[in-house]
Amino acid sequence: MGFSGWRILREGLTGNRGWRPHWRDPAPKSSYDTVIIGGGGHGLATAYYLAREHGLTDVAVLEKGYLGGGNVGRNTTIVRANYNLPGNSEFYSHSLKLWEGLEQDLNFNAMMSQRGVLNLFHSDGQRDYAARRGNSMINQGDDAVLLDREGVRRMVPYLDFDQGRFPIYGGLFHPRGGTARHDAVAWGYARGADRRGVDLIQNCAVTGIDIEGGRVTGVQTTRGAIRARRVGIVVAGRSSQVAAMAGMRLPIESHILQAFVTEGLKPVIDHVVTFGMGHFYISQSDKGGLVFGGDLDFHASYAARGNLPMAEHVMEAAMTLMPVIGKARVLRSWGGIMDMSPDGSPIIDRTEVEGLYLNCGWCYGGFKAVPGSGFSFAHLIATGRPHEPAARFRLDRFATGRGLMDEEGTGAQHNLH
Amino acid sequence: MRIDCPLCGARDRREFSVLGDAAMAVRPEVGADTQTWSDWLHLRDNTAGRLRELWYHEGGCAAWLVVERDTVSHAVHGVSLVGASDAD
Ligand SMILES: Cc1cc2nc3c(=O)[nH]c(=O)nc-3n(C[C@H](O)[C@H](O)[C@H](O)COP(=O)(O)OP(=O)(O)OC[C@H]3O[C@@H](n4cnc5c(N)ncnc54)[C@H](O)[C@@H]3O)c2cc1C
Ligand SMILES: [Zn+2]
Repeated sequence: MGFSGWRILREGLTGNRGWRPHWRDPAPKSSYDTVIIGGGGHGLATAYYLAREHGLTDVAVLEKGYLGGGNVGRNTTIVRANYNLPGNSEFYSHSLKLWEGLEQDLNFNAMMSQRGVLNLFHSDGQRDYAARRGNSMINQGDDAVLLDREGVRRMVPYLDFDQGRFPIYGGLFHPRGGTARHDAVAWGYARGADRRGVDLIQNCAVTGIDIEGGRVTGVQTTRGAIRARRVGIVVAGRSSQVAAMAGMRLPIESHILQAFVTEGLKPVIDHVVTFGMGHFYISQSDKGGLVFGGDLDFHASYAARGNLPMAEHVMEAAMTLMPVIGKARVLRSWGGIMDMSPDGSPIIDRTEVEGLYLNCGWCYGGFKAVPGSGFSFAHLIATGRPHEPAARFRLDRFATGRGLMDEEGTGAQHNLH
Repeated sequence: MRIDCPLCGARDRREFSVLGDAAMAVRPEVGADTQTWSDWLHLRDNTAGRLRELWYHEGGCAAWLVVERDTVSHAVHGVSLVGASDAD
């Protein structure tokens, strides 16, 4: 079933009785060529590109809950390609290009809105770093504009420019960045994969990984055993538990990240604005809610809710940056479980088990990565070779020390990102 | 979340900072190979459930603590000072 203006008009005139479910709800078969564990954004995108780019359709996505019930439906939807370091830079650049063609490709309205992402800076040193990062973004083929204080003021006059602790010196603006509707991204990929023959199996938790003679042969699930020649693990915050089923320990700690939304307001914030010094960022959803968030709670957690100290810190940062926000009322807050890697960058790699592949370590930034990660992971699984833009996302970089991607420059150790 | 510091009593989470899995306190032998050191530094059990962690009472007595905490419910089950048995 396709979407078009004509279709929506016709359904509107006939009581919307013609819509059907957008994907099947099949029972798991006893065997597949390829099984993807995890029906989040990355798992669904992987399945879609396996079918679309590589013609592999004997594929199942096994999801323990419902499609999109994990982080893909809990994030603050920021999409951007403003990374500084080789590895991340080319990967996110590729991912943003996929975002730009996504809605046409999927025939699904993902509400992709390239409203621009503005990163503020507050000192001369930060300005130098912003200029350098902007140059590396431009070298990568993406866009960046360095704004001085007046340039920022013209764009976002509602900020407090003269706050004592972090006066605003300027900002690095990334016009092609923006936001997308997170659920729609999951649903669009789900529908696209299903249409090409992929089985999306919900309420199906993987409980074991079968390995014979160093080769993966299938998985055990709450809906029975499933044989498979190739298995991809894409379970975000649950990566350590699933990898342990294959006898692996990962360089991952699971942490909680919170987000907040206010009641719906008239348009006030036109861009995505980030205030790094307060670990705060904000945008306005199409419904009008101000969507904002901050840093990790910083203790390991598998609870999809946070603690008050971080909520308080985020509100303080909001008031520091834009006192006008004090008039808005917070409607909801929630949390998601982040798969934190030691250097803050992801892993897309083979494992020591033949046929078993791993995709994790997206930390708090994996939504923008959904198309690129799915594309590169599908390439790795289908061809056995890393996809060029993701070739540096190696699992062994922590042991060898080669190719670490520590964007924050704080050190490649847990608890520093 | 509250942590019952053995020296200061029950205090708010805001007074503490956390380092992570208490396994960090047990370093590999001095002559251990690179792989052992790397595993110690990077790999984690990342337990969902009861975990022993190293916490620092930054806004209090400045002691290092071993806190046994449930990472699923955030309940704190026990707190003790880092002792000779935890660290070398
Ligand atoms: C509050 C918050 C704000 C964020 N903001 C942004 C942002 O603005 N921009 C950005 O780029 N990123 C952001 N992120 C990060 C981003 O959401 C994640 O990095 C990304 O969604 C993770 O990949 P995923 O979508 O595949 O994860 P998920 O949606 O979590 O998918 C993993 C799936 O695996 C399933 N699973 C787990 N174990 C099993 C099992 N044993 N068997 C079967 N299935 C299993 C889970 O049920 C889950 O559905 C944010 C995250 C949070 C929580
Ligand atoms: Zn104390």
